[in-house]
Amino acid sequence: MSDYENYAKGSPLEVKVISKRFGIPNSASIDVYLQHDGYKALQKALGMKPDDVINEVKNSGLRGRGGAGFNAGMKWSFVPKQSSKPKYVVCNADESEPGTCKDRPLMEYDPHQLIEGILIAGYAIQSQQGFIYIRGEYRYLMEIVDRAIEEAYARGYLGKNILGSGFNFDLCTHTGAGAYECGEETALLNSLEGLRGYPRVKPPFPAVVGLYGGPTIINNVETLSNVPHIILNGAEWYAKLGTPKNGGTRLFCLSGCIARPGVYELPMGFPLRRMIEEVGGGVLGGKKLKGVIPGGSSCPVLTADEIDVAMDYDSVAKAGSMLGSGGVVVLDEDTCMVKVAQRIAKFYAHESCGWCVPCREGTAWLKNLLTRFHSGAGVEDDVDTGLDVALNILGKTLCPLGDAAAMPAISIFKKFRHEFEEHLRLGRCPYEKRTVSVA
Amino acid sequence: MLSDALKAKFDKIIARYPLKRSAIVPLLMFAQDEIGYVSDEAIEEIARRVEVRPIEVIEDIGYYSMLHRQPLGKYNIQVCTNVSCLLRGGEEILEHCSKKLGIGHKQTTPDGLFSLEEVECLGACCGAPAMQVNYDFYENLTPQKIDALIEKLRSDGAKKSP
Repeated sequence: MSDYENYAKGSPLEVKVISKRFGIPNSASIDVYLQHDGYKALQKALGMKPDDVINEVKNSGLRGRGGAGFNAGMKWSFVPKQSSKPKYVVCNADESEPGTCKDRPLMEYDPHQLIEGILIAGYAIQSQQGFIYIRGEYRYLMEIVDRAIEEAYARGYLGKNILGSGFNFDLCTHTGAGAYECGEETALLNSLEGLRGYPRVKPPFPAVVGLYGGPTIINNVETLSNVPHIILNGAEWYAKLGTPKNGGTRLFCLSGCIARPGVYELPMGFPLRRMIEEVGGGVLGGKKLKGVIPGGSSCPVLTADEIDVAMDYDSVAKAGSMLGSGGVVVLDEDTCMVKVAQRIAKFYAHESCGWCVPCREGTAWLKNLLTRFHSGAGVEDDVDTGLDVALNILGKTLCPLGDAAAMPAISIFKKFRHEFEEHLRLGRCPYEKRTVSVA
Repeated sequence: MLSDALKAKFDKIIARYPLKRSAIVPLLMFAQDEIGYVSDEAIEEIARRVEVRPIEVIEDIGYYSMLHRQPLGKYNIQVCTNVSCLLRGGEEILEHCSKKLGIGHKQTTPDGLFSLEEVECLGACCGAPAMQVNYDFYENLTPQKIDALIEKLRSDGAKKSP
């Protein structure tokens, strides 16, 4: 189990839609879910035409919460109506983007909300089977979701002729076994087919040729958890919660050097500065802010001068970074940016699946260069060499892991070049090693 | 020998998929949970049940970081040092565990009770620094909490071991 406090600290600035049941005793049970509007959206959806369900989701402005930010309803609309092969719904619960821990509370405290979202997605594309791909480390969550699935079968929300509608749908969980790459949708499909998690060439996109060759939609846990609320309250209501083309709310995971780390549900477009200062209680220990990773470790770092940005997909993109997976990592004045770059590079080198040469070789180069540099053995050309390596990974790989490794590195090389120079001048890291700080 | 309960679980899991080989990774994980590692026998059994060659099962084992061919300690301590934990002292936690147990990354204590691993993000960023012992999460760690936990696990482990 997780420490509830870490994931639902609460702030008066929150707008609770998908986290509204967090904190209710036994919120994961079907009885409590049914007492709080549970499965009403499914009932409503089953009375609608599948295309109308897709349009409702499309018009709500719900965008993929895994990181890519593609309009979810649009993704569903690419699934062909007629298909000789079965269609599938796959829920991506392989949450592993560093800085991101939002799918955890969604599955721990409200697994039926997710199941209902998957059912509605299944009805919308006329699929009869779904899978929830859960990262191997989240075993306790898989057990919670498995229990919820059992309850849903027992009450007739899963299985044959659901609520007498004639709609059939089967759902089960599937455990991963430790591989960041399997969070990439086509690698996830290969993994789900029992193969190594290597990415596939796109096109064809999974909506046309996906799991077992059938049309497949793959959506993140948070994306699907929003669907029941959109169906129940309407696209217009949902869209208005956020900013134009960025509907709804978003779970933001505040971590790092922040006074009140936690998962907070805030309207899309919430200002980043207020998120840090008011929601998160400011930088830990009253220190000065140095920078922010706005959406998980694959995003370019924003400096302290760049945080006057609305946290929606388009605004953060305009500011030169990405909203990503909602993992907001706060970096204070005592943070060594060379070390941050090194640790992130080490992660991507470890997780590169090795399929594409620029990523396999480039991530190892970046890790080795930054490790040597941080240890005090850097040379003057290193920053330019590192930048060159990163730029030669960018856009040259099948899946976004290569870009994910390159982008933070490029941003740190460029925006914090003075810190590299400081290391060179001193021949060592000028910062003290991080120790445990009890707030 | 794989237990009957595990074999029954295998049957149930394989039946979920349109293609049997989809079950390979879940079956490996559950076999490992029971045996402590992935044994040759488990590979043969899984390959037979999902109708692939053993080499195809072995290919998967090499890819996934949670699957291993050698026994680990009874308590596998996995400390995250990725960015959110790094900023909260994750490296100090790792060093502390290492000193306390007298072992390094991917090593096991001679009594077979503990193994230690530096791991990537566990999804416990808001409770950093964090670690997992087997599948259990421990968050907001301090060296003192680690000491207390290791003592507790040591006495639990001694009790249950024959």
